[in-house]
Amino acid sequence: MKYFQLIWTALFRKKLRTVFTVLSLSAAFLLLGLLQAVNSLFAGSVEFLGADRLIVQARTSFTQPLPMRMMPQIETIPGVARVNHSQFFGGQYQDSRQQFPQFAVNPQRLFDTYPEWVIDKDQRANFISTQDGAIVGRELANSFGWKVGDIVPLNSFIWVKSDGSRLWEWRIVGIFDGKNQEWQDRTQLMYLNYGQFDEGRSPGARGLAGVFVARLKSPEDSQRVAALIDSKFENSVDETKTQNEQEFQLGFIKQFGDIGFMMNLISGAVIFTILILTGYTMSQAVRERIPELAVLKCLGFTDNRVLWLVLAESLLLCLIGAAIGMGLSAMLTGALPPNFPPLRTDQRVWLFAGCTVLGLALAVGLPPALRAKRLKIVDALAGR
Amino acid sequence: MSTFTQVREIVLMNMRSIPQRAGASTVIIVGIAGVVAVFVAMLSMSSGLDRTLSATGSMDRAVVLRGGSNGELSSFFDRASTTLIRQDPSIARDESGMPIASSELIVITEVPRKGQKNGTNVTLRGVQPMGFTMREELRIVEGRRPRPGIREIAVGRSAQQQFDGLHLGARLQFRGSEWFIVGVFSTDGDAHESELWADAEAVQSAFQRTGYSSVIAKLTSRNAFDSMKARLKADPTLTVDVEREQDYFSKQSRQLTLLIGWLAGIITVIMGFGALFGALNTMYSAVSARTSEIGTLRALGFGALPVVASVMAEALILATAGGLLGAALAYLLFNGYSVSTLGSNFTQVAFDFAVTPGLVAKGLVSAMTIGFLGGLLPAVRAARLPVTAALRGL
Amino acid sequence: MNTSVSAEQQPLVEIRALTKAYVRGKQVVEVLHGINLDIPDGDFVALMGPSGSGKTTLLNLIGGLDSPTGGLLKVNGQRIDEFGSDRLAAWRASTVGFIFQSYNLMPVLSAQKNVELPLLLTDLNARERARHADIALQLVGLADRARHKPNELSGGQQQRVAIARALVSDPKLLICDEPTGDLDRKMADEVLTLMQQLNGDYGKTIIMVTHDPKAAEFARRVVHLDKGVLVDETTR
Ligand SMILES: Nc1ncnc2c1ncn2[C@@H]1O[C@H](COP(=O)(O)OP(=O)(O)OP(=O)(O)O)[C@@H](O)[C@H]1O
Ligand SMILES: [Mg+2]
Repeated sequence: MKYFQLIWTALFRKKLRTVFTVLSLSAAFLLLGLLQAVNSLFAGSVEFLGADRLIVQARTSFTQPLPMRMMPQIETIPGVARVNHSQFFGGQYQDSRQQFPQFAVNPQRLFDTYPEWVIDKDQRANFISTQDGAIVGRELANSFGWKVGDIVPLNSFIWVKSDGSRLWEWRIVGIFDGKNQEWQDRTQLMYLNYGQFDEGRSPGARGLAGVFVARLKSPEDSQRVAALIDSKFENSVDETKTQNEQEFQLGFIKQFGDIGFMMNLISGAVIFTILILTGYTMSQAVRERIPELAVLKCLGFTDNRVLWLVLAESLLLCLIGAAIGMGLSAMLTGALPPNFPPLRTDQRVWLFAGCTVLGLALAVGLPPALRAKRLKIVDALAGR
Repeated sequence: MSTFTQVREIVLMNMRSIPQRAGASTVIIVGIAGVVAVFVAMLSMSSGLDRTLSATGSMDRAVVLRGGSNGELSSFFDRASTTLIRQDPSIARDESGMPIASSELIVITEVPRKGQKNGTNVTLRGVQPMGFTMREELRIVEGRRPRPGIREIAVGRSAQQQFDGLHLGARLQFRGSEWFIVGVFSTDGDAHESELWADAEAVQSAFQRTGYSSVIAKLTSRNAFDSMKARLKADPTLTVDVEREQDYFSKQSRQLTLLIGWLAGIITVIMGFGALFGALNTMYSAVSARTSEIGTLRALGFGALPVVASVMAEALILATAGGLLGAALAYLLFNGYSVSTLGSNFTQVAFDFAVTPGLVAKGLVSAMTIGFLGGLLPAVRAARLPVTAALRGL
Repeated sequence: MNTSVSAEQQPLVEIRALTKAYVRGKQVVEVLHGINLDIPDGDFVALMGPSGSGKTTLLNLIGGLDSPTGGLLKVNGQRIDEFGSDRLAAWRASTVGFIFQSYNLMPVLSAQKNVELPLLLTDLNARERARHADIALQLVGLADRARHKPNELSGGQQQRVAIARALVSDPKLLICDEPTGDLDRKMADEVLTLMQQLNGDYGKTIIMVTHDPKAAEFARRVVHLDKGVLVDETTR
């Protein structure tokens, strides 16, 4: 990189202008980083979910609970290893504004369908044997300071007890971890023993399972097995829609629909704006240096070398701005309080930023670079 | 020459030279236009959503929900409770003496968005026949009302626009039951227009439900609400929440509009900083392009004020141009643009972007703020230029 | 000093019937009309003539900055009139050093970094480049100003930095277009003495355009150009 100093000093020839441009770029990349982290939350949060799990929901909507009697029927379908049922509980903890999901499940079957969760053997046994037992994920437990033995009252906006009350008390009997960092980051939920849940609710609602989680023998099978399950219940009252876990989660995100589209639109507007700003700076920077570029050519720099010098300068400018902006964005997403959605500047975001830098550098650098390349020494030296 | 005429002359002289600095001027205009376009677009989204949701319902009607439920979706009444609620004396009655009230049942169904394969959640609302007649805002714009007890659906106008396969005569399948679309209704563009409506009993039978989600009742008078609320709350056999219909729906939108408002704020501030630095670049380069002009003026005896004023005027004029351009872009691209997102009840609500004069004014204010800040430092530098240095063109 | 050149020896610069025409719109203006000139290795030629006579044009052709319209142009045994632009660039880097009236230094680089510029095109590493630049600066008597930026140097010093830059890649030929045009007498004499030294002690062939008869006295011979033709020659 023997040309580095040449490029660097050229870039900071007009310090103020370059500094302002870098700051503009930083603001743009800070925003792009944040917007794309939001997009990543949507896309990325489901990427590593097991493709070997199917979610069976009622065809009309996942909010329609399916009856418990379907479970053995699903389990007999070839390719299905183990089935659990799961009901969204919709509870709120005291006045806490922090929302976290709770699911009423069969404790016996939970760890067969979710082998990614890791828990102490005794705690697992306690979960199975405690009717009003609950286990919480490590991160959730940490954010509330819960420990085993605590009683957590949850006010469900969905489920009313037979006595008309909505307040359910759950006893924490265990805290579970994830098998790796990705899963550890997801330990922000709570599983409830279906026992107290089913007995407690009003008689009309008893025996309703919610959705079913079916773990497959092999992930390649997922499409075929999903079709098998759906065809089994076709034209019954309990028609099903079976998707793998990833599709199911994506379905939730798609509900936000056009808001995501807005994020991308804004990203587009930001990129366009910064393109104009940086483009102006680059073209000015080259225009002012026409004689100097001619001298370089005099000294034996070829046309293409001069072209690359200008492109490199443009890339360096964009890189500096992007590095500051993305650094800030990564710091911000890293320092979000725990009750925020877990935004992360992950690989996808970095990749997006990287591609944007390259595209931007090329777009703003190429026109002045071509001008520099085409420069005629004799004319430029004579000021023509 | 008085200071005022000095200022006027120099400002005007500078205005005429702006086109010579077209490149630099583009930077400030485009930068600010981008900020304002995004800002106005985001606010118009939130105002559109707010307009749709807060226009839903009437102050003359009350919604009765199960106590503690946070919406119709999680509220549940058995038939006996709804009968009891409907007897309240604050509820208006028709000429035959029947209470003007509708017990309604909400279920979520999935209908694909236009151009998509997978379904999104859409509310299917079972209403009693009175539910169609007691809402003055409701009009059947095509076809007819669903008949009682029969699996027929009237679709909201927005729902028809947003979702696939909801034309008149179309057949829908829910839980093994077949439904036909027999009508399209409008409720003046409120949130109900994103719903599918059917007869309450038909919904109960098809979804094997016995009770209802809510009771919507017309009040004898606007003031009758408080007494109704007090009475129902005091009834030991009922646990209910009572709200005016309009309040109920406004509250459902609050979180989402608040969230969008926050997002708009953060995004605008960050983008605004970006544009500010662009504006500074423009104005510093404008000042340096005018260095010898300014030096000459100062040497001729003009004061610092006209110089400052001319720089500030340039910044503000360019910023305003950018602001107008941005607002116009937002208006042209988004005004009336229909979108849908997750609303209350975990179902879709469709709404139109609304670029109002108030939002345009907000956009222009932010544009001028950026212009002002971006002009200030360069103006000070212009005023401080030593006359000799300025004349040398340094 | 022996100034005669044996006839058998190839001249460093060989110019035959050289023409150069510029196209301005539809009009073709011929600026040089069939120049014939030989410059032997080790010569120091001053090129004089009225303004607009084509001195810069001729110099640019010899330096490979521009290509002739017709005729033959051989420098150091190579037909550079037949070179493409990249080949010319490489040829310039290895064979010619340029000195301009307005110095044309990079204002943001220190004297040393300016002198190093041509070495970026060689395989030398950073340390060797710095060493070569130091030697060149020493040669022009500015070793103590290596860290100074051009605007911290006098005109004569700047021109000497430019000379150091032209020398650093050890070219055979130095091309100077009015190198003392912007300098006062004293500084001009310093620069010219330096050039004479480079010619005499280091064998550099120098072609220098000048309007100043005093400057021309430093050369071994003077060539006069008028309206695009060589009119007469004085050998000292
Ligand atoms: N690129 C060009 N296009 C058109 N005409 C040109 C071009 N370059 C030079 N000329 C013309 O060629 C003629 C010779 O120019 P040149 O620069 O060689 O003169 P010069 O002898 O160096 O003069 P001076 O002493 O003023 O530097 C002039 O009439 C000039 O106008
Ligand atoms: Mg000349």
